[in-house]
Amino acid sequence: MTRPFKMLTFQAATLVTSALMMSTVAAMTKAASAPPPDVVHIGNFTFNQSALTVHPGTTVTWVNDDDIPHTVVSKDGVFKSKVLDTGERFSFTFAKAGQFAYFCSIHPHMTAQVIVKA
Amino acid sequence: MLGYDLDSDRRGFLKCMAWAGTGALFAFGAGVPTSIGLDSALAATPRRTGVRPFTFVQLSDSHIGFNKPPNADARATFREAIAKVKALPQQPDFIIHTGDVSQLSRDDEFDDAEQMLKATGLPVFFVPGEHDMLDLDGGKAFLNRFGKGTKGAGWYSFDHRGVHFIALVNVADLKPGGMGNLGAEQLKWLKADLSGRPSSTPIVVFAHIPLWTVYAEWGWGTDDAAEALRLLERFGSVTVLNGHIHQITQKVEGRIAFHTARSTAFPQPAPGTAPSPGPLKVPPEQLHGMLGITDALFVRGHDRIALIDSTLSA
Repeated sequence: MTRPFKMLTFQAATLVTSALMMSTVAAMTKAASAPPPDVVHIGNFTFNQSALTVHPGTTVTWVNDDDIPHTVVSKDGVFKSKVLDTGERFSFTFAKAGQFAYFCSIHPHMTAQVIVKA
Repeated sequence: MLGYDLDSDRRGFLKCMAWAGTGALFAFGAGVPTSIGLDSALAATPRRTGVRPFTFVQLSDSHIGFNKPPNADARATFREAIAKVKALPQQPDFIIHTGDVSQLSRDDEFDDAEQMLKATGLPVFFVPGEHDMLDLDGGKAFLNRFGKGTKGAGWYSFDHRGVHFIALVNVADLKPGGMGNLGAEQLKWLKADLSGRPSSTPIVVFAHIPLWTVYAEWGWGTDDAAEALRLLERFGSVTVLNGHIHQITQKVEGRIAFHTARSTAFPQPAPGTAPSPGPLKVPPEQLHGMLGITDALFVRGHDRIALIDSTLSA
């Protein structure tokens, strides 16, 4: 092989390898970080994420792990679940940016918010 | 069992209250709290009042549909509570249910509660709990069934043998971060309902969530109750009966005596003794001792009301 060709091959190989390495590192970083941020668990009369931050277009799901029913109701009328018994879930897709305070309408001392920003 | 006639034998009546055994006897009148020693009760001089003696029963928090620890079958324990009511030596004139009749406001839950209560043959007066407001119409299912002729979210009043009973709803339109809530419309109605009534009229108020702050952190109180209590202050004898917290607690403020009832479904922890106010998972052999009913008695010659709490293990 000619020298320039060897050079090119070497450079191409390096590029491909580093690209592979970077995507691997990126994947590893993703896996090592907190569990999927778009699920809120309800237990012990508490929303387990009091201020969840997501990008516009994200669907957030609430799951009731408690032995008592709860609801998920937006303070400003943006979303409202039916009553969720143990194991039931409710999802809402946040299209727009903003701060969305919500509470459980059965136990109103349970409050939290979803912050949507790009 | 002693036979007795409430209308003619106060001494015999008080002896029967002693028979209540595991019951706790609380008497309220003229601002005096705590249990009566029966000796002093027998020694006390009766006063003439306009109240003809009668009893009624308070049931609360039946949560029909609940089926998790510590109670796999809330229907079964409600049936036991009703059997207890039917076994009372002096049958009550009526039953008051202070709410959380159902667990999820489902039709079958309301149906079953209604059928079981029919077995007593007694009139039942209801107020909703927050668990009774969970239908898609936000409480209309309860109102259609148990709130005919009531106003707003289900409030009303009635008179019985000289005592004025007031049913308040503090579980509608709850605000985020808040506790129970009466609302301006209901307070306006209460003011009009009380105006003109002689202060000597004994009053019984019943509502689901306690009308005094038992424990704010768990929402155990009513944000705007102060105004209601101000309106009630002038009356000589006011008894407030609540549920919601699934345990007995009481307080006296001036001439207003507050009392909460046990649930017939499951107990809850005492304030601050657990991370949250959910069902207290007691072992099966302890469950019945923590569920119960309340028998309320007006004694002839007194305007005081005596409350006897008894458990399902009695």
